[in-house]
Amino acid sequence: MSSIAYARIRNNPQFAQLVAARGRFAWFLSAIVFIVFFSFVLAVAFAPDFLAQRPFASSNITIGILAGLFQFISFWLLTLMYVRRANGEFDDLNKAIIDAASREDK
Amino acid sequence: MRALNPVRSLALGAGLFASSAFAGDAISQTAKQPINLTAIGMFFIFVLMTLAITYWAASRTKSTADFYTAGGGITGAQNGLAIAGDYMSAATLLGLTAMMYTRGVDAYIYMIAFFVGWPVILFLMAERLRNLGKFTFADITAYRLNQGKVRTMAAISSLVVVCFYLVAQMVGAGQLIKLLFGLDYGIALVVVGALMMVYVTFGGMVATTWVQIIKACMLLFGGTTVVILAMTQFNFSFDELTTRAIDVHKLGTKLLAPGSLLADPVTAISLGLGLMFGTAGLPHILMRFFTVTDAKEARKSVLYASGIVAYFFNVVALMGLAAIIIVGQNPEYFEGGDISGAIIGGGNMVAMHLAKAVGGDILLGFLSAVAFATILAVVSGLALAGASAISHDIYSRVIMKGKATEKAELRMSKFATIGLGIVAVLLGLAFEKMNVAFMVALAFGVAASANFPVLILSMYWKGLTTRGALAGGYLGLFSAVTLVVLSKSVWVDVFGFAAPLFPYTQPALFSMPLAFLATIIVSNMDTSRAAEAEREAFGDQYVRAQTGLGAATASSH
Repeated sequence: MSSIAYARIRNNPQFAQLVAARGRFAWFLSAIVFIVFFSFVLAVAFAPDFLAQRPFASSNITIGILAGLFQFISFWLLTLMYVRRANGEFDDLNKAIIDAASREDK
Repeated sequence: MRALNPVRSLALGAGLFASSAFAGDAISQTAKQPINLTAIGMFFIFVLMTLAITYWAASRTKSTADFYTAGGGITGAQNGLAIAGDYMSAATLLGLTAMMYTRGVDAYIYMIAFFVGWPVILFLMAERLRNLGKFTFADITAYRLNQGKVRTMAAISSLVVVCFYLVAQMVGAGQLIKLLFGLDYGIALVVVGALMMVYVTFGGMVATTWVQIIKACMLLFGGTTVVILAMTQFNFSFDELTTRAIDVHKLGTKLLAPGSLLADPVTAISLGLGLMFGTAGLPHILMRFFTVTDAKEARKSVLYASGIVAYFFNVVALMGLAAIIIVGQNPEYFEGGDISGAIIGGGNMVAMHLAKAVGGDILLGFLSAVAFATILAVVSGLALAGASAISHDIYSRVIMKGKATEKAELRMSKFATIGLGIVAVLLGLAFEKMNVAFMVALAFGVAASANFPVLILSMYWKGLTTRGALAGGYLGLFSAVTLVVLSKSVWVDVFGFAAPLFPYTQPALFSMPLAFLATIIVSNMDTSRAAEAEREAFGDQYVRAQTGLGAATASSH
């Protein structure tokens, strides 16, 4: 691929917009995963008694199990959110940017 | 897979087993189970099916692109299943079930650590991997750096990861097959090595992918069936299951609370980092991202893979809990019929005993066949990743400087596969009686410390230069290996010293930041003209990484 096409895309304000929006979204979701997971790890290390508590009188289920299940489900939902937005909105914008760059070739 | 402690407990169990068999005491009676015909029959069907697929795949494996990446034509759903198949090994099924059975919720916490790398790989790496890579992840790290030097380094650390992982899998395989099928350790190793060589040399990535897909489906089906049958005994009530489990388990109510496993925060964080970023640096996992058509499909693969992995971990957790009552209270599964004694075949047999208890010999046979198939799928993926580092990176790009013909490179990749297969069998035989747990720690440690920092910086940081990459990569490799050697699993368990010099099991918390620091400092100090050009080249690479313009496309047939 020619350097000219790359340079053209780099100068396209839509490219800057795509990169900023997608990057912000990706880092935001990553930050959620990091914070939730490492808080959980620290809770395991420093507050195991809290995780051993049973929030419902009628059930054996502990906060630790709920926190684990919550992470499996919510992290997967975050991947779903990312894939939907990246494969939809961001890829449409991406296609427009590439089309614009190749149009100028003609 | 990738279960660190599970692999460790698997390997440890196997190791203890082997040594007691060696001593010729009473336990050795169970070292080799009677030949299990149902299991062998079912496994035979699996082998026939995969060989038929390999035959079909061989006709579609003509170019190097076909061999390394199945021509880049795999869909997101297929790749997601294959990634899950690559990631969930026999240690996941057997080791994690056993861990849940003995330690309760501690094992569940462990599984979360194994899962949590996937969302991060998606958010930060998946699309860039696909847009920049072609056959190996060194294609990305060497994209704008010195091809010869950076590829050599990437190939060395890839081969270190692959070899240690392969040996750990082979030793586990031999011990497991001895247990499940009643075959000799040596014969089991040769069967695994030979089948792996046939799949990979003839069918390349197409065959490997389908072996992994079929195995993932078998694993999901087998695990789900066992759990459903087991849960009928508890009216599908989690509370009934756990109440009865708490009643009989020696941990009592602590069964459902975090225990001692991750009580030390440094261990916990180091393990979390090692698993999270180790996964993102495993060459055979990274390679799977080059098999899909585009970034869209690469993202979808992670969505499918992480969904399957999350589901299966929860299945395994339920299996472990159900086994506490169904297996743990049944004298039939204990040495001498004493339920306070040792489980027949060792702790890793818990999942198998559960299958037998709820589904008879048929389900036991099926699950045994699944375990064997799992080993084959994992070693095939590893061998292919190792072969591509040898043939694509070292032979084609470094030695022949890109002038090798496609035919010669393809031939080299097949020789490399056969070579790796032979090495794996020989090392497997050599390490039969050893505790190989350290090899898995090493594989993850090197992946997180040597591969991951250079890879992520090459994608994200303009300032990376060849000197920086070499400094960080080699330092990461060296420090990860050194720390593992000084840790308990080698210093005490292998060399027999009284106390470890490095008190933790996972080196990542120390070796990974070291690699990052070295890469960044050396890159920043690098004022050479080459470094200037490398920084310049980031602009074009960045556009390609973000848009996929100029990315390797699927080959047409």
